Amino acid sequence: MSGTINHGLAQLAAVDQGFFTDRSGGGCIQDNKLFCPGWVADNYDRYVHPTLQHLVLVGSAVAAGFLIAFALAIFAHRHRWLQTPFLAGTGILYTIPSISFFFLLLPITGRGALTAIIALTAFNLQIIFRNVTNGLRNVPANVTEAATGIGMTPSQVLWRVELPLALPEVIAGLRIATVSTVALATLAVFANGGGLGTEIVTGSNITFKTGIIVAGSIAVIMAILFDAVLLLIGKLLAPWKRKQALV
Amino acid sequence: MIPLPALTLPTAAFGLFGDAFNFVFDGREAETGGVTVGGTSQVLDLAAKQLEVTLLALAVAILLAMPVGLWLGHRQKGEFLAVSAGNAGRAIPELALIALMAAAIGVGLVNLVVALAILGIPPILTNTYVGISQVDRASVEAARGMGMTETAIVRKVELPLAVPTIMGGVRTAAINIIATATIAPLAGILTLGDFIIARNVYGDAGVLAGAILVALMALALEGTLAGIQWAMTSKGLKLKRS
Repeated sequence: MSGTINHGLAQLAAVDQGFFTDRSGGGCIQDNKLFCPGWVADNYDRYVHPTLQHLVLVGSAVAAGFLIAFALAIFAHRHRWLQTPFLAGTGILYTIPSISFFFLLLPITGRGALTAIIALTAFNLQIIFRNVTNGLRNVPANVTEAATGIGMTPSQVLWRVELPLALPEVIAGLRIATVSTVALATLAVFANGGGLGTEIVTGSNITFKTGIIVAGSIAVIMAILFDAVLLLIGKLLAPWKRKQALV
Repeated sequence: MIPLPALTLPTAAFGLFGDAFNFVFDGREAETGGVTVGGTSQVLDLAAKQLEVTLLALAVAILLAMPVGLWLGHRQKGEFLAVSAGNAGRAIPELALIALMAAAIGVGLVNLVVALAILGIPPILTNTYVGISQVDRASVEAARGMGMTETAIVRKVELPLAVPTIMGGVRTAAINIIATATIAPLAGILTLGDFIIARNVYGDAGVLAGAILVALMALALEGTLAGIQWAMTSKGLKLKRS
């Protein structure tokens, strides 16, 4: 019985071996030219799983970052004295390099995607918090006074007047956070968090140029697509304000 | 799709932090055997290297990006270029940049500094442009009316008023660069990141020690730049802010 299984495994290994040699794109790995189209043609499917993992990393980190930072910003909007400590706290989290953050979490969450998501979330907080806070602060006082004057409660003023007017800056913050996170998430490979970084650092080998270019390009394209989608959402939600915040 | 890591006990956490502390102050035998690793002398060596490449790359980025930003901002031209550069810069995956630079052009200090400077240029360019171009035009016209030359306008009017925005860009660049300098060992330059990347040599204590040291170094650099910004900001602007 076990002999059969072993035999099966040996066959699988043989198939696997052939699978890889057949897919080298005609000596792409050996030649290692700057870019080898044959490799891409033979191996495009190996990038599907890392790309999906990357999407999960970025999506989770930006969503969590947005929820936390948005809540903090709303809370600090009511209690203005909290803005300075919140800004300082998120500033520290932003400054600590993600790759360092992964391993500061090592004793607590170990290695894996969760660790990477926590570190990327921590990085995002400041960008989103600052943009939500600035957006709310830039709402003209006469507008909020008028809203109060027609009998709106403070929470109606916040949700129906201030936040819609702050929306372009909120979206601008989300765009910066998302694009930066897509790029940073390539580092998740060092925390065993998966993602496109796994196709850049394959084992101890970082010298296969075509692989680096393909994985890097997927990350750049993903960043551009995320940016375009958020830009579009911003325009749909705030059609009265076409001008986007610059910085 | 993504396995959740097992939670370790808090006591184990303190143990590893203690171990990392030991790693920094006392050398120990490498996991791979033979040589002694860790200890203050190696830590200081790697920290000095990380600071060196960071400051070099930051200097290169400032020298290349700031004059362009000043010129475009003063002329109120090239908004699209300056702003898109900032947006595009954020999308560059640091890991791919360093890896490709090392694989395609070669390892070494010069290549590394060039790669790191590439990461620093976009935020400095964009913020310098935005800072200068957002200076109140009335102030610039007044300066021109007083007979100031264009150079004097940039130096004495626009630059001082744009200091907070420009320094914001420099600080972002510095954070990007020092963070990416952590993966410099991939490009053949050993920085504190070596403790993090070469786990098979330094063990988990070394990895955690490296992470702590990199975090402290980034915070120290950011604090220093914030101090420099405070010192460079004119008294009038500080009053306006508070």
